[in-house]
Amino acid sequence: MSTGNEERILEVRDLKVHFPVAKGILFKRHIGDIKAVDGISFHAHRGETVGLVGESGCGKSTTGLAILRMLPVTAGEIIFEGENIANYTKTEMRSVRRRMQMIYQDPFGSLNPRMSIATIVGEPLVVHDMAGSRAEFDERIAELLEIVGLDPAMRGRYPHEFSGGQRQRIGIARALAVNPDFIVCDEPVSALDVSIQAQVINILEELQERLGLTYLFIAHDLAVVRHISDRIVVMYLGKIVESASRLDLYHEPKHPYTKALLAAVPIPNPRAEAAREHIFLEGEVPSPLNPPSGCHFHPRCPYVTDRCRTEEPEIKQAANGHSVACHLFD
Amino acid sequence: MTEATASAQGLAKTSRPRSLVLEFLGRLFREKPLGAFGAIIFLILLLTGIFADFIATEGFNVIHPLDKLKPPGGEYTYFDADFNKQTGTYLLGSDQLGRDVFSRIVYGARISVIIAFSATTLSIIISLTLGLMAGFFGGRIDMASQRFVDAWMSFPDLIILIVAVSILGPGMWQVILVLGLLYGIAGSRIVRGAVLSTRENMYVHAAQTIGASTPRILLRHILPNIMAPVIVLFTTRLAAVILAESGLSFLGLGIPPPAPSWGGMLSIEGKSYMFLAPWLAILPGVALTIVVYGINMFGDALRDLLDPRLRGGGGRYGGGKPRNKRRT
Repeated sequence: MSTGNEERILEVRDLKVHFPVAKGILFKRHIGDIKAVDGISFHAHRGETVGLVGESGCGKSTTGLAILRMLPVTAGEIIFEGENIANYTKTEMRSVRRRMQMIYQDPFGSLNPRMSIATIVGEPLVVHDMAGSRAEFDERIAELLEIVGLDPAMRGRYPHEFSGGQRQRIGIARALAVNPDFIVCDEPVSALDVSIQAQVINILEELQERLGLTYLFIAHDLAVVRHISDRIVVMYLGKIVESASRLDLYHEPKHPYTKALLAAVPIPNPRAEAAREHIFLEGEVPSPLNPPSGCHFHPRCPYVTDRCRTEEPEIKQAANGHSVACHLFD
Repeated sequence: MTEATASAQGLAKTSRPRSLVLEFLGRLFREKPLGAFGAIIFLILLLTGIFADFIATEGFNVIHPLDKLKPPGGEYTYFDADFNKQTGTYLLGSDQLGRDVFSRIVYGARISVIIAFSATTLSIIISLTLGLMAGFFGGRIDMASQRFVDAWMSFPDLIILIVAVSILGPGMWQVILVLGLLYGIAGSRIVRGAVLSTRENMYVHAAQTIGASTPRILLRHILPNIMAPVIVLFTTRLAAVILAESGLSFLGLGIPPPAPSWGGMLSIEGKSYMFLAPWLAILPGVALTIVVYGINMFGDALRDLLDPRLRGGGGRYGGGKPRNKRRT
């Protein structure tokens, strides 16, 4: 899948997304910040898929939304195709929005039930003045529907007439309408049946090859991420704990959290399942409003040392691009 | 299956809404016979209002001085263009001035229709503007506008109406303006509530990611999806406006005589001659009751039929387990 292209289409540097928490009815007091994303850096090469994984609430969706500037960025840089868009105004964002699109998790909620699918798929074209004449528009809609494997004759139908997988494909067609370079896939298959998941993943892969798309693939299903990603970034409580190429991450996970995540994936072979090392994580993800001192992961880490409780580990880059934020690897 | 062929020919866009309307009418008659009955009453009122000139046997202010207070079916005499004496029948009797009650009720329907539609339309425009702003932008705009609506709604309707009409003076346009404003501000609540739940849908978010402008999101994504409560609001308001206008006219603050407003007829003729000529009080009252009842039944049926959790079709918007109850 890797094209060997080293051009960085997206580079995120020290991105922070904090949500202020205020108390009081009339006089609001600022009592703290929820540090949903707290200083993360990663990049994506053109044409590759970067998987972003982590438990619920670790900030992976927030990262995706912040990159699309759908959430206010507290600090940091988002360099997209050479431009730092982190502080772009609404008007400046308009031209960027054409080049970065999003595919949503919920195929039921993300399509307007009062619009025919031609209108839904064509809306980005209309918004960005790319609709052209009526005939051109119709032709483009037909083309888009065909790309995602839907019958163009169904263009007049409404979302409720489609199945979950078909609806997700409509969402993909909408994202593709304006020829974007970069697509944030926010758990695009988590709401689908396993058989449909494969179908949608295959479409995404096929489109990537055909159109040279770059994906930021947010998911919690490690099997899916393993299948589609070139590189994988693991997040825990607003921070990146490990990032590596797919093979490195799955064969040589370093961070205890990554190991625990991988250990949680069932293996459909009872002997192999019994033989492998199990790491059970205790407790819940702590509140990002009041994260633990030192390494955020230390209350749940089986290899915790005194140093972890006080000192926050820096993320350290290894030679093959395998970086990890853990004191165990100093 | 006709749909599939139509869409194959690229006609799907136009073929769809039409079948929706027909389908909806079918459901109205099948599932809500009372609502359908209400719709028919409403339609009759509408047609009576529009074609009052053809339905009424006389003008609403034609006086027969010799044939006052005749009961329904009573006769009256008049002179035609050639000064020949003619006789006619009062279908529903005559009032204290010798005017035909039937014709006055028919013209009264016209006034009711005009006021009901203008005031309701005005109120819906106000509700939509206020509700969309407050609901979509939220924050301070929402806070400020909702406290204003709270304050406004803490006054009884009738007090506001009486004060406003006393300042503006009686007359049709004043009544329309005041009623439109009164119900418009109160109705913004319902629109706001619907907007609040609709704007949380992912398709609104998706439209923002695409880069759609705020007006586009409001008009293309939010508005069509709050039409169900708005339509229900519209019909229930129609009945409320008709009642309120009659109330105002009854108090002498609505449509000034001699224009035949049902409320005015109840008050001026009906109240004074109730014992002498009971039909003067009964007939406009009956007309008013039937119309308000019919519109309310129609509104209730609409509410039930447009409620997404009762609507047919697949997916989240039909069938399945009932979501939290929404009242309008």
